[in-house]
Amino acid sequence: MAQNKKIMELNSVEVWDGNYANAQALRQAGVDVLSAYPITPSTGTVEGYASLHANGYVDGEVVIVESEHAAMSGCIGAAAAGARVATATASQGLALMIETLYQASGMRMPIVLCLVNRALAAPLNVNGDHSDLYLTSQTGWISLDSCNPQEAYDLTLCAFKIGEHKDVRLPVISNQDGFMTSHTAQNVSPLSDEIAGKFIGDYLEVNSMLNFDKPVTHGVQTESDWHMEHKAKQNDAMMKSVTVIEEIFKEFEQLTGRKYNMIEQYKLDDADIVIVCLGTTYETAQIAVDNMREKGIKAAVLMPRVFRPTQIEKLASMLANAKAVVCMDRSAPGGQLGQLFQDISSALINTPARPLMSDIIYGLGGRDMTVVELEEICEIAQEEVNNGKLNGTIQRWVGVRGPELKYFNVEGK
Amino acid sequence: MAQHNEVVTSLYKSKDNFENSIWDMGWDEVMPGACVNSFVGDIDHTVVNVQPEDRNIAETNSMHKYVGDWRVVKPVWNVDLCIDCQNCWLYCPDTSIISRDKEMVGIDYDHCKGCGICSEVCPTNPKSLVMFNETIKNEDALTQWPEKKKKGE
Repeated sequence: MAQNKKIMELNSVEVWDGNYANAQALRQAGVDVLSAYPITPSTGTVEGYASLHANGYVDGEVVIVESEHAAMSGCIGAAAAGARVATATASQGLALMIETLYQASGMRMPIVLCLVNRALAAPLNVNGDHSDLYLTSQTGWISLDSCNPQEAYDLTLCAFKIGEHKDVRLPVISNQDGFMTSHTAQNVSPLSDEIAGKFIGDYLEVNSMLNFDKPVTHGVQTESDWHMEHKAKQNDAMMKSVTVIEEIFKEFEQLTGRKYNMIEQYKLDDADIVIVCLGTTYETAQIAVDNMREKGIKAAVLMPRVFRPTQIEKLASMLANAKAVVCMDRSAPGGQLGQLFQDISSALINTPARPLMSDIIYGLGGRDMTVVELEEICEIAQEEVNNGKLNGTIQRWVGVRGPELKYFNVEGK
Repeated sequence: MAQHNEVVTSLYKSKDNFENSIWDMGWDEVMPGACVNSFVGDIDHTVVNVQPEDRNIAETNSMHKYVGDWRVVKPVWNVDLCIDCQNCWLYCPDTSIISRDKEMVGIDYDHCKGCGICSEVCPTNPKSLVMFNETIKNEDALTQWPEKKKKGE
């Protein structure tokens, strides 16, 4: 892997949407192979990168394939050969890609997937929610989440460095919200090509198929005799990636002054009410938290920056003093409590902390989550704290027309 | 393994021949991913000129994987009829026809799946490779060999 021969002069501040921020990060990473099948709202990532490629800014290959399943398969093949590879997708594309996501992580291929979060059909919907993000939760991919184009750019760059680290060697997803981030042009401060290239570093080949001195077989079959050892090793790398991610975030901060934490929080220190959410809602919730504080309600908001591996220990210590934790799940729960609720409650189950835990289903298919609605959510949580118990049920749907939807009676009724 | 001659049997080593056998490895020692070594250590590019039995084949190489029980019919080789044309060697999808110096030496029954392609492409009359039921002994099969076919048969 070498730097692209042609350098692109960037301004210290560019106006990019989340997709183009991804495309620029992929260009600066010196991706050898991008194998993709564009899908709304991630099309701009592939289109932007293909345009940079067509204009001679990229030395690598762009392979436009016939499906998302083929896109990830192409990535796996190129990665096994020994290349730095990336792709982008969303929603149905991700769903079609699922089988190969497990292949990629199981084969320990440090592929970067720019996932632009979008609802899953039916009904068909191109707008943002976290159905596809949640669908990746057990695929063995490290999953990073961003709230705006700047973060999308930064985290896509970091994704290469994290995944390719010798102690990790796992694929990484760089998430951003469909349209809210992907199509909203904002100020982005990019690194120069040289600094970005130096930050990510040269691609480290591990057992690559094009190393003819040491022939290896990739994608082998292991039955009951060896499967468990290989999966144990893979999962152990995932668990130990936490240290590497922290180191890389630290290095990135020293380089740019932009600080990323495993778990982001806003005004958590003295908070009674903690909203937990992912993506752009984190930024909206900060405004709601400020408004609540003016009304004397000690609210805070928390966002897992690293969605996978789950930060159980950190969540447990950060939420030790919360009186109510409201998990905001932006995905139809399928008869369950939402994924964030499950993650947060499993972090707290063995601790002395017993906050009131509730689950809000919101924002499906791009339905807005407004500051006013978030304030109402905080006020209800404060009421519940005052009463010392949840108001009947654990799960509540917010922002949906029709009769109130509440599920999972807290008293077991 | 009636038709395994010394060359064929020498391809297989028991796990006792390997230092650090994979059977003694824990999860922390296996290679990352779904990846295994084909050879022990680095190889010389001239390995193509070395016969398989002389290559330093790794324990994890599929050479050591027995898949003979996938087969329900097997090819039996009649050395007296064989003209060493190498058609079977060329067409076998599992490199299970063993030849040395352009002379057939046997069938690798550990890896042959019984597809019958070798018999199909065999040009002699009668064929030198004939498919028999797996349960028939090779020496019995040789006594039941088909007759030479006449023109038009």
